[in-house]
Amino acid sequence: MNMTINMSQLSYKMTIVMFLLLFLVTLCVAPLIGSTQIKLLNAIAGGIHAQNNLDASILFQVRLPRVLLGAVAGAALSVAGAVFQALLRNDLAAPFTLGVSSGAALGAVLAIVLNFNISILGFPLVSLFSFIGALGAIFLVFSLVKTQHGELPTSILLLAGVTANFFFASIVMFLHYVSDFGQSFRIIRWLMGGLDITDYQTVLSITPIILIGIGLLVYVGRDLNLISTGDHPAKSRGVDVSQIQKIGFIAASLITATVVAITGPIGFVGLIVPHIARLFVGSDLRILIPVSMLFGASFLIICDTIARTIIAPTEIPVGIITAMLGGPFFVWLLKRKKWL
Amino acid sequence: MNPHLEVKNLNFAYDSKPILKDISLSVKKGEFIGLIGPNGSGKSTLLKLMGGVMSLSDDAVRINGQPINAIKKKVLARDITWISQEHPMVFPFTIQEIVLMGRHPYLPPLSFEGEEDYRIARDAMEMTQTSQFSNRYFNEISGGEKQRVMLASAIAQEPEIMLLDEPTSALDLKYQIQILNILKRLNEEQNITLILAMHDLNLASRYCRRLILLDDGAIIRDGAPSEVLKKEVIEKVYGVNVNLHNLDGEILVHPSNSGS
Repeated sequence: MNMTINMSQLSYKMTIVMFLLLFLVTLCVAPLIGSTQIKLLNAIAGGIHAQNNLDASILFQVRLPRVLLGAVAGAALSVAGAVFQALLRNDLAAPFTLGVSSGAALGAVLAIVLNFNISILGFPLVSLFSFIGALGAIFLVFSLVKTQHGELPTSILLLAGVTANFFFASIVMFLHYVSDFGQSFRIIRWLMGGLDITDYQTVLSITPIILIGIGLLVYVGRDLNLISTGDHPAKSRGVDVSQIQKIGFIAASLITATVVAITGPIGFVGLIVPHIARLFVGSDLRILIPVSMLFGASFLIICDTIARTIIAPTEIPVGIITAMLGGPFFVWLLKRKKWL
Repeated sequence: MNPHLEVKNLNFAYDSKPILKDISLSVKKGEFIGLIGPNGSGKSTLLKLMGGVMSLSDDAVRINGQPINAIKKKVLARDITWISQEHPMVFPFTIQEIVLMGRHPYLPPLSFEGEEDYRIARDAMEMTQTSQFSNRYFNEISGGEKQRVMLASAIAQEPEIMLLDEPTSALDLKYQIQILNILKRLNEEQNITLILAMHDLNLASRYCRRLILLDDGAIIRDGAPSEVLKKEVIEKVYGVNVNLHNLDGEILVHPSNSGS
């Protein structure tokens, strides 16, 4: 039995190291790939603050921040997906299931239509509005669902989330219809979800929120495991279910809202990544969360590299690539469950 | 001395529909109790309230003299556990993972199970004859095996009291006897207090030393099987005509053909 413990802990560690390596390789290789060939040595010689060095500008000012944002966004959405699936006990759930993305879209579209083009504290008002919209949507969904004897009915929560998604989408459609051509273009681009407009400042300011959120979720990992087997079994094993639900939903929604406010809704990452990660490490969230984080970061960087190069020199929003992968993935998932 | 587990004037309603009416009962350490009664009589709700799985607003349930809603959840889980009748599982956990989850009340956050936890889980799996499939997925095993795995997980929790909601109702005869024999061993060898909701009156009278009969949310009878399983009581509560047979002190309840 000692063997088994060491074996399983060893293999967990090995798996995490493997995904860490994948992440580091992706992080190093992705900035080198793009529609323009760059000379790496020249770029490095130029450094981050280089002027009049095209190689350095492309590498350090354009690609690297975009890759880093991809890493942060991919990590956050994937962890949020894994946690939402566990909390809702539904493996088809995703970070956007409870209305975060449509609330964010409503906020962003409102800011675009009202021509709010200023920035506050370094963040464009569109981002701030979408962040508020995302949190507002979550708050609305939770206030609609009544707890019954101190228990949160997760199936009703799902329905409320789907309803909120449709409702917000209808307002977004209305605002889109009354907007002018310039606004309309910005709305469409925002709704596609992309990593293209970014800088180090943005990445640096959202990273702490994401890391704190993920850290909190790892901290309650074993409690989340038990909740994913059922509220009552979890309670009888000593889990304070309503407290852990609060921590889980708030932390997962917060990291999702933070990412969506910057990138727009990049779909399916939060659905696909936890499933693939689960194939490697099983359902234990103590392992699944860190692995989803590393794999999600790698996955979105890779998708974005494809988005940057597939019809070069045109770069397409990464949200299109993830959405294109999402459909076939869903079919595969349903086939696996023998539902199709 | 305080009774082990005590329920005093417990009332409980769902949407103002009363489910439990003025329930009082007192349980001593090491008792083996069967909770019987028709469907909808309140057995499941009573078990959940006693186990702290459903929360109460008052102090009606006490364990070792302390109201259970004043005890920290993790601390309470070291004393008492509850096992449901069905075990829907969305995510693929292995049997070993499920059994190790029983160690949750003893582990601090951010930790993994240690050697001691693995030893306890292994013993629990041996006792429930589930070791042979410890690496298989929970969703791949049969209903009887699932019930044994959940029992192993509860044993790994090392509680003083186990509450089981119809542990044998969905199982064939062999598995029913297997589960009940494991419970009997736990009761006799480890002095674990057992309270089982049961439908099979014959098995209840054979294994339990005390039966509590619930009807429409109230306790009708509480005592030894021979005191509770009376022809007129059963006929009134269940609404069927029965014949009772005494087989070496074990009471057999047999529905008669006439009337219903």
